[in-house]
Amino acid sequence: MTIAEASRPDGVLELSDIHQLYGTGDAQVHALRGINLSVKAGEYLAIMGPSGSGKSTLMNLLGCLDVASSGTYMLAGNDVNDMDENELARVRNREIGFIFQSFNLVPRMTALQNTELPLAYGGVKYAERKRRALEALELVNLSHRADHRPQQLSGGQQQRVAIARALVTNPTLILADEPTGNLDSESTHEILAILDQLAAEGRTIVIITHEDNVAERAHRVVSISDGLITSDHLNRELAR
Amino acid sequence: MKVGDILLSAIRGVTANKLRSILTMLGVLIGVGAVILLMAVGNGSAQTVNNLITSLGTNTLTIRANGQVSGSSAITLAVSDKLDKAGLGDVKSVVPESTTSLTVSSTNASESSVSIIGSSADYFKVSTATVASGAGFTSADVTSAAKVAVIGSTLATELYPTGSALGQSISVDGTPFTVVGILATQSSTGFTDPNSVVVAPITRVQRSFTGFGALSSLLASAKTTAGVPAAQGELGVELNQLLGVSPTTAASAASGSTTATSSLPYTITNASTLLSTAQASATSFTVLLAAVAAISLLVGGIGVTNVMLVTVTERTREIGIRKALGATRGAILGQFLAEAAILTLLGGILGVIVAVFLSQFQINGTMPVLIGYSIPLALGVSVAIGVFFGVYPAGRAAAMRPIQALRSI
Repeated sequence: MTIAEASRPDGVLELSDIHQLYGTGDAQVHALRGINLSVKAGEYLAIMGPSGSGKSTLMNLLGCLDVASSGTYMLAGNDVNDMDENELARVRNREIGFIFQSFNLVPRMTALQNTELPLAYGGVKYAERKRRALEALELVNLSHRADHRPQQLSGGQQQRVAIARALVTNPTLILADEPTGNLDSESTHEILAILDQLAAEGRTIVIITHEDNVAERAHRVVSISDGLITSDHLNRELAR
Repeated sequence: MKVGDILLSAIRGVTANKLRSILTMLGVLIGVGAVILLMAVGNGSAQTVNNLITSLGTNTLTIRANGQVSGSSAITLAVSDKLDKAGLGDVKSVVPESTTSLTVSSTNASESSVSIIGSSADYFKVSTATVASGAGFTSADVTSAAKVAVIGSTLATELYPTGSALGQSISVDGTPFTVVGILATQSSTGFTDPNSVVVAPITRVQRSFTGFGALSSLLASAKTTAGVPAAQGELGVELNQLLGVSPTTAASAASGSTTATSSLPYTITNASTLLSTAQASATSFTVLLAAVAAISLLVGGIGVTNVMLVTVTERTREIGIRKALGATRGAILGQFLAEAAILTLLGGILGVIVAVFLSQFQINGTMPVLIGYSIPLALGVSVAIGVFFGVYPAGRAAAMRPIQALRSI
């Protein structure tokens, strides 16, 4: 995996002049007004901004949950804007691992089944699927909770299952949207430690947050306001 | 996404809300059960009618006079005798029937409106009535117009509740007859009780009750069941000659025109014609019942749509998660279609079980007879309904945009 990561060209994510418009007429909202962003393989990037700044819109675009009104978005060398619905679904499945604020595990399915789900949609065989899902759960120290359902797990544990699910397909990008927003400080610490560890292993991580203590862990912090990038700098500690 | 995965998530969906799933299945159960059971009831009554008609004798042909015909075209005893002795290739024998309805009494009891049938000695061979005890009357009895009678089993026990009626005397509208035989019990053909009859020599019945004019009908028996249509043709040709029907009327009657047929002085019917008519009406009866049942199946199907719509709305967020993880439109569509199909298939199977169970009991006097193809038909239709009525809710689920689906609570 590390070899594959290393052999990738610079700029796993390339956004140029991205505009996003919602609605029509008087109700039209110009959520993004020309975003240019390049993320290299192995980077740990935090996107910060107040609510209404357009960071959620950006996150939806980065995650291929939505398509930009104009501009180009290259993800691992593929132009996302040209893709149809099924291709987007495939990209979400193979290239992106989502971590949501509200965990978003499927109820009635065990931790293992939840972790297996992206592999199931990717057409991986049962035995292989189970093996990889258990490995991913092992990475987040939850293999002993594999048979528990989300409602039987604490918030921090649920988020760790979600991280395992995001890792299991070995995606190009791990996209975390306020991953600690619903967690107490102890669980927050736990989750951030896992993200640090993943970053240290060379994974590409984009984390969206408005909390400074979360952002300061990242290598690079991008601030966004009113649909435009206002600052883009390497983290103080790393810069030093 | 493999088919197994889709089925597994569908089963998970069905079991998520058990009560709701059971109630939905109940709707399908009633629909499928009603289709199978009502088709079985229709089939059962058709078979009952068929059995009744078969008991009339499939070799027997009945020749009836059309209305009040007199003069040369009346069917008289002489015509009957000539027809019997005509030596028609496919006809075994022809017997006359002169019937009336009179009060019959013994010293013990009295029965009103009993069918009195006057016929010849061959009556017991031609008709389905057979003599169980004693003997039929003889040709000599017919010649001498003897006051002897063969009576039905029910009548025998009613007139002589204790001891045998055989050899006893009965009074038919004041005329005394000696009982020489008792008929075997026959199944009812509907209008009259075949076990409450008096069969006596035609000469005696005509002399005492009905007079010497036209007969009510003639009974003929074909040599074989296969020969019934041929026998019917031969009897027609012979009768046309005997009754002096003009060749033009006969020709147009043969061509099948209904007005021409009714212009003939007689009508020949046989059990097979009755049978095919009865079968046709039984089929339409069964179809009617199935159509009524199909409506309940349709209502059950609408119940499936309703529940699936609620399910899709409830699970919008789950759909969003699945889409974010890479579920295609097809995978979501498949999951919810499979869920609808499982609901209807399970309901359908239970419906088959209930219908098969209930068909073991008599329903409103009819013993249902299951139609083999109705089971796969009803099951297939129920699954088709599940898929058909599931398409709309599943399509709505599949068409959801992931960001909107994720945003819902």
